[in-house]
Amino acid sequence: MSRTFVGMPASPPPAHPAFPKAARDAVRNPTLRENLRHATHTIRAKRAKAVAELSDWAGLREAGRRIKDHTLHHLDRYLEQLEESVTAAGGTVHWAADAEEANRIVAALVKETGESEVVKVKSMATQEIGLNEALEAEGIRAYETDLAELIVQLGKDRPSHILVPAIHRNRGEIRDIFRAEMGAWGRPAPEGLSDTPAELAEAARLHLREKFLRAKVGISGANFMVAETGTLVVVESEGNGRMCLTLPETLISVVGIEKVVPTWRDLEVFLQTLPRSSTAERMNPYTSMWTGTTDGDGPRTFHLVLLDNGRTDTLADRVGRQALRCIRCSACLNVCPVYERAGGHAYGSVYPGPIGAILSPQLRGTASEIDASLPYASTLCGACYEVCPVAIDIPEVLVHLRERVVQGGPAVRRGDKVVLKPAKGHAAERAAMRAARWAFTHPGALRAGQRLASRTRRLHPRALPGPGRAWSGTRDLPAVPAEPFRDWWQRTQGESGEQGAGK
Amino acid sequence: MSSRDRVLGRVRRALADVTPHDGPYEEAVGRDYLREHGERTTGRTVELLAENLADYRAIVHRAGAEELPDLVARLLAGRGSREVLVPPGLPPGWLSAADVVRVQDLAESTPQRLDRVDSVVTGCAAAIAETGTIVLDGSPDQGRRRISLVPDHHICVVRVPEQVVSSVPQALERLDPVRPLTWISGPSATSDIELDRVEGVHGPRTLEVILLG
Amino acid sequence: MRVALFLTCVNDTLYPDTGRATVKLLTRLGVDVDFPSGQSCCGQAHYNTGYRHEAEPLARHFSDVFGGYDAIVTPSGSCGAMVRELYPRMGERARAEGRGDALARTLAPVVPKTYELTEFLVDVLGVTDVGARYPHKVTYHPTCHGLRSLGLGDRPRRLLRAVRDLELVELPGAEECCGFGGTFALKNAEVSAAMGADKVRSAESTGAQVLCAADNSCLMHIGGTMSRSGSTMRPVHIAEILASTEEEPAV
Repeated sequence: MSRTFVGMPASPPPAHPAFPKAARDAVRNPTLRENLRHATHTIRAKRAKAVAELSDWAGLREAGRRIKDHTLHHLDRYLEQLEESVTAAGGTVHWAADAEEANRIVAALVKETGESEVVKVKSMATQEIGLNEALEAEGIRAYETDLAELIVQLGKDRPSHILVPAIHRNRGEIRDIFRAEMGAWGRPAPEGLSDTPAELAEAARLHLREKFLRAKVGISGANFMVAETGTLVVVESEGNGRMCLTLPETLISVVGIEKVVPTWRDLEVFLQTLPRSSTAERMNPYTSMWTGTTDGDGPRTFHLVLLDNGRTDTLADRVGRQALRCIRCSACLNVCPVYERAGGHAYGSVYPGPIGAILSPQLRGTASEIDASLPYASTLCGACYEVCPVAIDIPEVLVHLRERVVQGGPAVRRGDKVVLKPAKGHAAERAAMRAARWAFTHPGALRAGQRLASRTRRLHPRALPGPGRAWSGTRDLPAVPAEPFRDWWQRTQGESGEQGAGK
Repeated sequence: MSSRDRVLGRVRRALADVTPHDGPYEEAVGRDYLREHGERTTGRTVELLAENLADYRAIVHRAGAEELPDLVARLLAGRGSREVLVPPGLPPGWLSAADVVRVQDLAESTPQRLDRVDSVVTGCAAAIAETGTIVLDGSPDQGRRRISLVPDHHICVVRVPEQVVSSVPQALERLDPVRPLTWISGPSATSDIELDRVEGVHGPRTLEVILLG
Repeated sequence: MRVALFLTCVNDTLYPDTGRATVKLLTRLGVDVDFPSGQSCCGQAHYNTGYRHEAEPLARHFSDVFGGYDAIVTPSGSCGAMVRELYPRMGERARAEGRGDALARTLAPVVPKTYELTEFLVDVLGVTDVGARYPHKVTYHPTCHGLRSLGLGDRPRRLLRAVRDLELVELPGAEECCGFGGTFALKNAEVSAAMGADKVRSAESTGAQVLCAADNSCLMHIGGTMSRSGSTMRPVHIAEILASTEEEPAV
């Protein structure tokens, strides 16, 4: 089945300006620039040190890539095996084709318990589907318990980083948010709260403690799901994950289907590469692993919601599917020079940075303004690929998605094969590319153009009007030389050279 | 069509270009990495565990079997702990010298009750030297997961050298995935403020590890 | 050995000095270098902007022009990476699209024979001291494609350290992209400019007079930023430094 397709991404198209426009505000905000510079540079140096401790890093990275690729190539097999193992261990497995279905399942499960509030441990999947808003609409209040998520929730803000959603806030701003907002959500911030990180962490501890202790329903994601054993793994730092995973009576985990790994042993790779890539620690403070339910320990009821929401569309793309290897470490964000200047909000998605630039346009499609601009939000410098612990060649996928934007072509949306039209707004560029291709395959024409440029060089301004200002607003143009190299060569070396098969 | 069938159907259609691998899994992935990093004597491995635990701000102590009760008593008294949570199978000798109220983790104990307890003393299932990690698996000397979570002070006894492994791969070999597992590397911490690590959020803010042997 | 200079379209049109310096340097080292005049563009701008199909004729043309040489030397890490890393990928894609092996077969011969200049000097000619003199304080910016796609490593620095009277100073944050990125410089002009300004600030903090790199397109961006901001630093291609001698100093 194939049909021409223009709109309808897997989730509603985000009403978000294109990346260049969204990034402009961030670039001009000196506080934000400094916050991001400080945080990303701090973690970059630490990550490099943590990775250098392992002499076999390249081998671990390659094994991680292979495990993930093999799993993705046999994803149906491992999902069925996972379902069987989780069920045998006392859990219940649900399948959600899209965000709306996942939200509906979770809301119904919470309502069954009779509760109207839930505690949440940070999860990218539930952010991606907008679970908190969906629960709110059903009269259920979701409390974020991760410190950074709490900062975002209290500040009525949007996350701007995968690991540290409040990376755009400095300690002073966090103190102000806590002072102003904590009272409306529960226990207010302590009197005289300062901006030292230790005091801010203490304030979060006090504020959230009563919520943990009374919570009956916990909601989580998972970093890994082991098909052979049915084990889920959550990697965290603060202990809020342990609180949400062990104190409530009911646990609901919403997990993307790509998070499955075949065997228990596979964890030995990722539990070494993830913490070092992400927080630059040898090991994160807490990792919880649970298999179904355990009599007398932890939740009595466990639900696993397996989420597609554009992942199978991504899987159908031979080049783009490698994005599904991602273990959400955020090393690519921390090392990205574009992310450092543009900030996470400019990416218009819960997945910012280089991985977001290849994930969002695949999960959501390239129909919206923001999604069509994300593949261009990179200089292709390759720093992201270099640090990726599962070797996702992000530049390769970016270029592939650029092709999809300007050329259109076959793709899969919501499980259906479609033929995408080229995106709007690239007509002039396309014409220029064609003209350049023609000139470059006709060296006579190229030479004529070069000579014309040289002959008129005294007339060239060093700054351009109109669209050319994109360059010359901040940069002088190079001076055009008196003659191109090829003329000098001909003048001084004659026509002795091989002419090749130039046409 | 159920959503299960829809998702699995999409997966199968998406993989139309892939030739499935039918041989053994281990052949498909290959593992060109180390089982442990560097060669060490048993004593040196225990040293490394101590160093890495301390590096992430766990407080490390050493004791022989005879000294253990006094050490535990001293640590609890030092913090002024009056009530101490006790897993059902904790060796009775460990707390024999401590002048504290022993609190059992009963089925009807609420989290609020546990929150009023000062300290908890547990054993562990394994400890990983290269990462400074202790792993609890809910065995009788460790109790349910919540008891090592809610109190603010956790004393964990590691039997050395027998419970110590070098590396993450060696730890996974020893652990049983059916049991609920908690891996602990230092006291609770966060990197959420300016990507800099700060200790002390929701889990125990003080972790004391006693290397027993 | 028949060695061809693949100068690149940008250098040919805008930076002929780099071409002349490359010829002078290679000739001084005893290499008989040719400039096949049929050459034009490797197709990188097309490919990286999403016009792979427009890049294919350019790649085939490249292969036609350069296929007969034993070695192809280019003073551009970025264009060198296009041939070495992306030509094979173009062939694979064509195959995956059901267009057979023709493109892959056409492009295969030029891939292993293409060298970035510093690579050719160190790996093929086996020299690090090229007999140059350059009495200036210089800092080196490793451009991204040379650094990460080609893996040039410390080759450019080793060559620079062997230049007489050249004082090489480390560039803080050297491995961070300058913000050029081809069409990125236009499509995301503000972020590009911010990155360029930061790079210039780092370069100025070294007190060097010259910022050296092995890619003129990055130097065009950095140099344009320097000149607009009134910086006294100059961007200079590494070929021009290595070509400079006591007798014939670079200007």
